[in-house]
Amino acid sequence: MVQTENLIQELIKKHGNKRTSLLPILQDVVERERYLSEYAMVEVAKALDVSSAEVYGTASFYTFLYTKPMGKNIIRVCKTISCKMAGKEELVKALEKVLKIKMGETTRDMQFSLTESNCLGWCHKGPVMLINDTVYTEITPEKAVEVICAIDPKHLTNL
Amino acid sequence: MNKKELKRVDIIFDCANCEPLEIVKKALAMKPDEIIDQIISSGLKGRGGAGFPTGLKWKLAKEEKSDTKYVICNADEGEPGTFKDREILDVVPSKVLVGMCICAYAIGAKEGFVYLRNEYNFLLKDLIPLIEKFNKNIQKLGLDFHIKVFSGSGAYICGEESALFESMEGKRGEPRNKPPYPTKVGYNGKPTVINNVETLVYCTMIVRIGVEPFKKLGTNDSRGSKVFSVSGDTSKAGIYELELGVGVDEFVNEFGNGDTKAVQVGGASGHCVPRKDFKNKIIGFEGIPTGGSMMIFNSSRSMYNVLKDYLEFFEEESCGQCTPCRVGTQQLLKGIEAVKHGEKPSSYLNQLLKLTETMRVASKCGLGQSVHNSFSSIVKNFREEMIY
Repeated sequence: MVQTENLIQELIKKHGNKRTSLLPILQDVVERERYLSEYAMVEVAKALDVSSAEVYGTASFYTFLYTKPMGKNIIRVCKTISCKMAGKEELVKALEKVLKIKMGETTRDMQFSLTESNCLGWCHKGPVMLINDTVYTEITPEKAVEVICAIDPKHLTNL
Repeated sequence: MNKKELKRVDIIFDCANCEPLEIVKKALAMKPDEIIDQIISSGLKGRGGAGFPTGLKWKLAKEEKSDTKYVICNADEGEPGTFKDREILDVVPSKVLVGMCICAYAIGAKEGFVYLRNEYNFLLKDLIPLIEKFNKNIQKLGLDFHIKVFSGSGAYICGEESALFESMEGKRGEPRNKPPYPTKVGYNGKPTVINNVETLVYCTMIVRIGVEPFKKLGTNDSRGSKVFSVSGDTSKAGIYELELGVGVDEFVNEFGNGDTKAVQVGGASGHCVPRKDFKNKIIGFEGIPTGGSMMIFNSSRSMYNVLKDYLEFFEEESCGQCTPCRVGTQQLLKGIEAVKHGEKPSSYLNQLLKLTETMRVASKCGLGQSVHNSFSSIVKNFREEMIY
């Protein structure tokens, strides 16, 4: 909690305490703490002098501002038609198998969250996934498994 | 119909003689009105999809009396099937920044933002240092203008200009009522020009190469060229700059693989052109407008699945603010599923078509208004596929 408080003070210094600073602050909290806890949202609200309902209302509008705990590595698989046509389903199956979770879930060790996303803007190179800010294009199920195991080798045993 | 042959063009990605600061200098040697007149006479229309005349937009913003004005580059590219803005920002980012500078000088703005969708954050590593350097360089040229990046948070609707302002102001990305238009009341309530990434590069190039080389391309209503994002059933998926006004048949001849059943022009919010219409449709503002998304479907593809994909997209991305769009997108999705599963008669499709018409008329912004485009063009042309 003290950590969150300090983080928010630090972010206010960096972005300012105007309402226009809200999104950059929330984005940075998510980057550091992987999600927006109720506590963090209330603290941000106090710092910007807006109601916490406003902060929650804004945060919950955006896909990337998570209000529940997410893994350290957030996998986003593009689910738009071009990627579906290029084999997105097989990719998802392979990811579910190697991570031992279903779409939308987070691994128990909080290392990976598996999510679907609308068009990621790589339709000519589908299927595509993002892991945090890194893009993987034309990613076959085999390559995806390699990527996961390179990040966390313990998943090798799930194969 | 003024149909053009397929012609590749190289304006956007052309880097010969395009020293960014030289172009800024050239613009600064002109009067703001001269620049605006040039953009107006080029006939350039917005390349994000809506196609508003760019020069007129600049003129309206210039005429506003305000100490604070903004220039915003809309890089919230999210239309399914579009990926050209990412490529432009990756390959020729300086030309985008120059376009912003020219606009700022023309309308009298001191601050600019690139609103970049979060999914493209990997571009920031190169983009931020480039912008910092660029800001310093233009100060040296005597232009009081400063560019910053604003990162989005994953919402398609924020590509809609007024939703984008709301988002930058730290609020839910819910579109505003129009008028007033952004040139009068934009970001922070101040006059704002918001242009698509590609539009800004064309402005840069019009100043660089002059109006004529641009204007001689395209048709009366669709001047110039445009960057297309080609995907789907094609062996040539990728990014191509083509002259506007090209026939869909020519396009399919070039990019299809011999078995093209339909082309979705303009993404989920665009129109589906079936094979029988290839020869009498052209790509441009007088024909089928597009922000660049061109998805090609072969005869093996189910158009029901295509439509379902689009409707799932709209249902998820509708901001939920106005009822026609929030409820309409849900009911359309449920409706086509019910018809497909035999829970509703095929005549129910007619009711759904009426619903999209209501959405077109009554929705607050382009999202709800344009669901009609893909829905009606797919349902009318591929009715059997919706039922059986």
